[in-house]
Amino acid sequence: MGGLSKEYVIKRLGMFLLTVWLGTTVIFIVPRMAPGDPVQAMIGRMLTEGSNVENADQIVEAYRERFGLNDPVHVQYFKYLYNSATFNTGYSLAFFPSRIDDMIARSLPWTIGLLFVALILSFIIGNAVGALLAWRRTPKMIRWLLPISLTFTSIPAYMIGIMLLFFFAFMLDWFPYAGNYARGLNPGWDLEFIGSVIKHAFLPAMSIIMVSMGSWALGMRGMMITTDGEDYMILADAKGLTPMRIFWRYGIRNAILPQITAFGVALGALAGGSVLVEIIFTYPGVGYLLYQGILNSDFTLIQGIVFYVIVGVSIAVLILDLTYPLIDPRITYQRS
Amino acid sequence: MTAATNVFGTRSSRMAVILRLPWLNWKLVLGVGVLILMILMEFVGPVFWDTELARVGSVPTNMVPVWVEADKSLGFKEGSPDYPLGSESNGREMLALVLVATPRSLKVGLIAASLGTITGIILGFAAGFLGGWLDSSIRILSDAWMTIPGLAVLIVIASYVREFDINSMALVIAMFAWPGPTRIIRAQVLSMRERGYVQMAQISGSSVIDIMFKEMMPNLLPYLAATFTSTVSSSILAATGLEILGLGPTRIPTLGMTINNALRASAILRGMWWWWSFPIVMLVTIFMALFLMTIGLDEIANPRLRGIQQ
Amino acid sequence: MSTNPKSGTQNNNGHSDVALDVRDLRVHYKTPEGDVIAVNGISFKVYKGELVGLVGESGCGKTTAAMGILRLVQPPGRIMGGRVMLDGDMDIINLGNKELRRARWTQIALVPQGAMNSLNPTMRVKDQIKDAIETHEGRQSKAVLKERTLDLLALVGLPSRTFNMYPHELSGGMKQRVCIAMAIVLNPILVIADEPTSALDVIVQRVVAQTMLDIKKRLGVSMIMIGHDMGLMAQMVDRVAVMYAGNLVEIAPVRAAMKAPMHPYTQLLIESIPSIKERKPLKLTEGLTHDLRNPPPGCIFQFRCPHVAETCRTQKPPMLEIQTRHGVACHLYKPEETA
Repeated sequence: MGGLSKEYVIKRLGMFLLTVWLGTTVIFIVPRMAPGDPVQAMIGRMLTEGSNVENADQIVEAYRERFGLNDPVHVQYFKYLYNSATFNTGYSLAFFPSRIDDMIARSLPWTIGLLFVALILSFIIGNAVGALLAWRRTPKMIRWLLPISLTFTSIPAYMIGIMLLFFFAFMLDWFPYAGNYARGLNPGWDLEFIGSVIKHAFLPAMSIIMVSMGSWALGMRGMMITTDGEDYMILADAKGLTPMRIFWRYGIRNAILPQITAFGVALGALAGGSVLVEIIFTYPGVGYLLYQGILNSDFTLIQGIVFYVIVGVSIAVLILDLTYPLIDPRITYQRS
Repeated sequence: MTAATNVFGTRSSRMAVILRLPWLNWKLVLGVGVLILMILMEFVGPVFWDTELARVGSVPTNMVPVWVEADKSLGFKEGSPDYPLGSESNGREMLALVLVATPRSLKVGLIAASLGTITGIILGFAAGFLGGWLDSSIRILSDAWMTIPGLAVLIVIASYVREFDINSMALVIAMFAWPGPTRIIRAQVLSMRERGYVQMAQISGSSVIDIMFKEMMPNLLPYLAATFTSTVSSSILAATGLEILGLGPTRIPTLGMTINNALRASAILRGMWWWWSFPIVMLVTIFMALFLMTIGLDEIANPRLRGIQQ
Repeated sequence: MSTNPKSGTQNNNGHSDVALDVRDLRVHYKTPEGDVIAVNGISFKVYKGELVGLVGESGCGKTTAAMGILRLVQPPGRIMGGRVMLDGDMDIINLGNKELRRARWTQIALVPQGAMNSLNPTMRVKDQIKDAIETHEGRQSKAVLKERTLDLLALVGLPSRTFNMYPHELSGGMKQRVCIAMAIVLNPILVIADEPTSALDVIVQRVVAQTMLDIKKRLGVSMIMIGHDMGLMAQMVDRVAVMYAGNLVEIAPVRAAMKAPMHPYTQLLIESIPSIKERKPLKLTEGLTHDLRNPPPGCIFQFRCPHVAETCRTQKPPMLEIQTRHGVACHLYKPEETA
């Protein structure tokens, strides 16, 4: 009867934990395989750069505490795993004594807002375009949309971002260059503030949408062509259903399923790409915070953010996986 | 492959038969051609242009491209035919920069994708052909690995390992280039294993290696090529991403590093479009060429797609 | 809706006893090397309450003919001409899109060939039946829908729990019966069943066939049943229509067809029915011997016919009504012999 079987939920949860564990382990191990002792080098660089001399002792102490630098590697690893599991990401090196959690919490809403809206919109628009392209009754006029949207697919989002920034912010001055809302506005639910937020998010969102739309369209077109040849489509036609009903309930409803799976797979890459978009547009989300970390050699901040990115993407995938059986009644049978 | 193309070939002219040769797909040929031109840049570039001009301070700074009039109020200098694409704020000459950086970006992608694809072939074949626990562990591992946001992890690694060169960056990127090929090869091997000719070969006692290379490889080739191409593309994407963040190789110019310099110098807001647009044009050309190849190879691998598109 | 008032045969008072009148229906498939003539101008009638079996070897165009009658030919196929008169005065072929949609399922319904894949995998059985009802009769209350659907399911011998199930939870025979139930939900004049039993095992075949017969008797609906199992056909249908290479060669009451088939091809078909009583050598005949793109002039069966004569090479035999409701297209039978 569709729905979730216990076995399925356990499997998906296991997959979630495995992904998070793999990710956190990789960012622990690989830097330590690099030649030299990056940790010592890092502390050395911190001290010589001397940006924060008055707090240097505290910073080093925070760092030692975070990584348990005096322990052997395997103890360090387990401590690190424990800290990660308890979401104890510690303090920022460059912005000591800010807690990394607090820093992320401040920028996260902006990233979620931007990414969520952009990804959902591109998914909807892209799939709609793709479905229309495959549909026999679609006017020929719409058909030249595919090559156009495909052209953008192959280009990374941040490049589109740079071009949009140049044309619409620099040349035409239609949109702001940077930031998340106009200076001097008080955050609130008034029209002016919301308008300003939308205006600032428009170009970054567009660059993500333009890039990912085409691949959804291409995938959907293929799926619709396959679906259109199914026997149940012919029977739906024979039943005298309206074209709209056939298009939605019989066509899209079935063709969209593999697309949703693909969405889960693409999430990680899309999240990575949007980091760069935030940097291009100086959009104060998690990606921009990450860039601050890189510029300041703030390793705990970088590591903390990436840990949260890994967890965030995995949670999104888990949610998708768990809702999927509710959309496709066959799934609990096929996967078990 | 040839059999599939000649379904309607009974009455077609000689020319039509030649045009239907699957590997002569125009998208594939065009894409490969463009990429070969770019790789040749590395060898041909220095012959007709002084690529040493890509070094910092080798030409006057802030020169506009030769066909543009310089806006002196913004501090730009008049262009010169000696430096046709202008120069950036560090005194690098743009044409030399593009000539040096383009083949390098391509190289990173090719190395990373080769490593990733080879790993993918080995794991995919092992999983699909041997099956059992090996198959399930490889499948689960690649599924999980795919969900990890690669660029984010690469950022952590690259920020520790500051002294990157092209090869070590390619190596690190390859860490995230294998799950895609593995999945595709595994799926193809699984479906092929069920087909008649492989089973025939098994029954007739051919060795596993023989079956892999003599029976299955030729049929897997278009899939392999398509996966490889898209992996090259995503590897270049990751590499330029790191470079734009300032985490790539710092000693030699790359396309991503040029964009990073441009961004840090606010080139967009200063109107120095030639600083970032030439690298972007080159990258877009690379991505388009790779995309054309992927589509072309897809059409070769699935002849059905060709029919639908008419 | 009346597109053509002058509709052929016995039109006494607006109603005739003809449910379906197919006239010169042609369907071609476009290929790069010319049109494949899948249905080459066939004409026949189905009377009210009658079950006509459409038989012939695979590839002879039976399914295409059925799809043509329903105007559901899929590209690259195209209906090139002819008329399909339903209930005397409605020509399916020349109906506007809206009228066609209205006529579908209320007048003419389909039990599809691949019942396995003919149900939407993401909709419950009840919703797929509801779709058909509400499209044509407007919104209905939940209770009414449930009652109607449950009655229907009972009629085809399905348990009431089927109501809430998804297609993947049903067996092949159950799916086929859901399709049958769905076909009769709006009491159509004609049901076309395209090999309704071919994908099922022998026992389930019998059950499904019996279900179809019960329904026909109960509702008085006319049916066209496509199949190649002559044995099964012989037990079920009232008349058989025999197709060969896109042409209708004979249509005859089933007893006459079994006992005294007239067309040489029908004779061949009947002879090939295996029998337990006598073991006979299988009659091997070569497959199609002409290119479907260029049918030969004259009789379509000339290359395989044991009685082929000179006229068969040049003249196409017309369909002759030898007896009431019994027609044959063969030069062996002359119009004088009628009566």
